[in-house]
Amino acid sequence: MPTAEHTLEEILNLAAAHFKVPRAKLTPDDDFFKALKIDSLQALDLLTKLEHHFHVELPDYELQGVSDFRTLASRIQSRL
Amino acid sequence: MKNFSGQSISWDVKDGVIELALHRAPCNEIGTVTLGELEQFAAALPALQGQAHSLILHSTMKSGFCAGADLSELYYGAQKLQSQEAARGVRDFLQRIHGVMNTIDAAPLTTIAALHGVTFGGGFELALVCDLLIADKMTRFCFPELRLGLIPGFGGIPRLKRDLGNGVVRDLLLTGRSFNAAKAQQVGLVSQVVGEGEALRVARGTASQLGKFDRQTAIAAKKFIKPIPYDELKQEIDIFCDLFGKPAVQAGLKKFVESTEALSYLP
Repeated sequence: MPTAEHTLEEILNLAAAHFKVPRAKLTPDDDFFKALKIDSLQALDLLTKLEHHFHVELPDYELQGVSDFRTLASRIQSRL
Repeated sequence: MKNFSGQSISWDVKDGVIELALHRAPCNEIGTVTLGELEQFAAALPALQGQAHSLILHSTMKSGFCAGADLSELYYGAQKLQSQEAARGVRDFLQRIHGVMNTIDAAPLTTIAALHGVTFGGGFELALVCDLLIADKMTRFCFPELRLGLIPGFGGIPRLKRDLGNGVVRDLLLTGRSFNAAKAQQVGLVSQVVGEGEALRVARGTASQLGKFDRQTAIAAKKFIKPIPYDELKQEIDIFCDLFGKPAVQAGLKKFVESTEALSYLP
């Protein structure tokens, strides 16, 4: 199983690539809506990308109140 | 009418395949304009059927196939009316959209939904009238209605029950969560999962294959395997209308319509 840090790093890399944001501009505690300049529909795209990448199911309600990459990574890590 | 280009939808017939495109920004929300045009399509179907063996439904909007009912129109429309008048309006809308859905569901054509992105609520219900669902891997399915104090109203539950096990239906309905195309295929809802942006191309290829079969045999097979749950569809309208009059629904709609939350689409 990958470490939590590794999961976080993969999420940051994937988000940067998918939304065409320089990786260096993203930090673990960033609000991903603001950092990626995405709306709720694009957040669903991110959710789908993450599910594919990590081979997990992530129910939307687990993302309620989650807006930073670090917490998002912990939600995914708990399903790996 | 072989071709049509409206505000919300367009259709065309080519090589025995009717293609119905949804193209209302932002994500094909179904309000009265879309409903009116869908009714025109349903009325045109008997003539179109003579020239076609298949029907493909798809969206030209980047965000997805369809985000469901136009909740802003529903909320602000209801605000202008007395509650009894609003309830009558909702029932009328539901009966009309059910008429469209039932017509497409029963059409003597093989129908294919080519899906991508958001396929939520009424959009999911529109996909469910089709015989085959082909989804690109970024498609997400969801029935978020319970969050508004409602149940799906465009025929979703009876049609989902027709196609899937009750446990999956309960999961989708009672949690309001969305799931992706791979999961949808795993539970038996989607027939093919394809790469991003490939659903329409694959649907066209599938339709081309369907055109090789004897038409009357295909019609007989569809009629045999795909009964339309008319009684449950009527019950669904009654339950929806009963719920619509409750204060929780108006509060839920208000919250959704006025929400500035980044996660407003998530249940």
